[in-house]
Amino acid sequence: MKAKDTKIWIAHLAVLAALGVLLAVLPAYHATNLARILTLAVFATGYNLAFGYTGLLSLGHALFFAAGVYGAALPVTYWGLSPLPAIALGCLAGGGLATLVGLLALRTAGVSFMIVTLMFAQAGYLTLLYFGQITGGDEGLVMPDATALIPGLSPDTARAVIAFTLFAIALLVSLIVIRSRLGRVMVAMRENEERSRMLGYNPFTVKLSALVLSGLFAGAAGAGYALLFGYAGASFATIQYSILPMLYVLMGGAGTTLGPLLGTAAMFYLVDGAARITTATLLVVGVALVLLILFAPKGILGTLRERGARWIP
Amino acid sequence: MDSVILQARGLTRHFGGLRAVDGVDFDLKAGEIHALIGPNGAGKTTFVSLLSGRIPVQSGSIALGGEDITALPAHARVRKGIAYTFQITSVYPRLSVYDNVALAVPPEAGELRPAVMAALSRVGLADRAEQIAGTLSYGHQRLLELGMGLALRPRVLILDEPTQGLASGEVAGFAALVRSLVPETTVLLIEHNMELVMDLAQRITVLNFGQVLATGTPAEIRANRAVQAAYLGDDDAAA
Repeated sequence: MKAKDTKIWIAHLAVLAALGVLLAVLPAYHATNLARILTLAVFATGYNLAFGYTGLLSLGHALFFAAGVYGAALPVTYWGLSPLPAIALGCLAGGGLATLVGLLALRTAGVSFMIVTLMFAQAGYLTLLYFGQITGGDEGLVMPDATALIPGLSPDTARAVIAFTLFAIALLVSLIVIRSRLGRVMVAMRENEERSRMLGYNPFTVKLSALVLSGLFAGAAGAGYALLFGYAGASFATIQYSILPMLYVLMGGAGTTLGPLLGTAAMFYLVDGAARITTATLLVVGVALVLLILFAPKGILGTLRERGARWIP
Repeated sequence: MDSVILQARGLTRHFGGLRAVDGVDFDLKAGEIHALIGPNGAGKTTFVSLLSGRIPVQSGSIALGGEDITALPAHARVRKGIAYTFQITSVYPRLSVYDNVALAVPPEAGELRPAVMAALSRVGLADRAEQIAGTLSYGHQRLLELGMGLALRPRVLILDEPTQGLASGEVAGFAALVRSLVPETTVLLIEHNMELVMDLAQRITVLNFGQVLATGTPAEIRANRAVQAAYLGDDDAAA
């Protein structure tokens, strides 16, 4: 058991170290892409806690992401709040909305849960449009460039540092959570809810905890995304941003700690590559989703785990 | 020894026109093995589901050790000490045997590993701790289910047809195991195997059409005419 623990920690820290090195040595364009991937991977890592580990198939995570986007962007734009506390606010906004949505939506399960979360996200999107004078609606708000992120650092460096820090925190928190008692109970809920209830676990509070954690991650990711790339718009609340994290997680491996990062990177470069050939990038996303479900429902790391690397957490 | 640990008064649950459980009074004495028998459809599983909280009570009350638990949800009753093992085996098939039992160990039980291994040893599965539960034989899955019940360290353990589908050799081992649980744990057993019931139980309650037909020692139940009638399908028994 102990040797396995050490192996897991070393593997995760090694991944983080490799990412740090990559950010430092890559040319600016690629480093910016990597910062984008890391920020989106925070979103995916949070989605994985709810979907991959707890079995909560939400179609409303765009709402929590957008809550993070605007939770950070509004105070920065209107009150001149500095970026780092703004990220904290965005994180809380995501978690707060996830709490509210969870309290209502978790009365349902399965398909109903998908529909209810989808409806909440749509309502959020329409709300952002309705208050377009403040939120910028579809056109969005362009924020002062990342120059002001961390005083004394160049925009590119600051972006890399913040994206890396957000992802490192997300990955390690996710690892700690899934190896904790709560994490084991989350998996238990996914595997057999009725049995778990009869072992003394309240399904509602376990699922709510998972959803709120997931919302905090989505909020942090949204806030980071808005600030690092200087833009907030209602488009972040569209269904596309609920599907993307699911796709990242499915591709990398639902219920694996590093799967979301791997899936985000793979999808990012797939879409990026497709964009050079065609404008129908969403078609590529859709085809990828269908192929995944048909041929590799466990994703990259899930398949590896099945083929012998059982230690992968 | 004669104190009542679990008490039900006027317990009722109707499903539409079906009176599945209809005004049942029931006392479970601390430390006993109490069997619940009755023809198919007599309301046995519904009755224990009301006790464990899986199905909400329509009317009546339930007390555990003198504390009213009627309004508590199932998971809270488990924490209070009522464990339920499923009639149809319900384990986590994709998790290891060890992880299955680990989930049952209550947070306040102290160190996890000794508690898990103790429960596994008790049901004879210690050497299969790392096996994936879904790959166990049916008999072993039943034992795992029981091991999870034990790991909860319940005050009352409800076993819903635990020997269903077991080979006769396994049943003997199972009986010895259940006997070793009392008097620390009180056992309420739903069982169709009459030989086992007569052998294991100190007291027996017979349910028929959702009502208590008789309660008593195995000898008293065996001699009870109403019980005989119910089991032999005497038409008058319905009245």
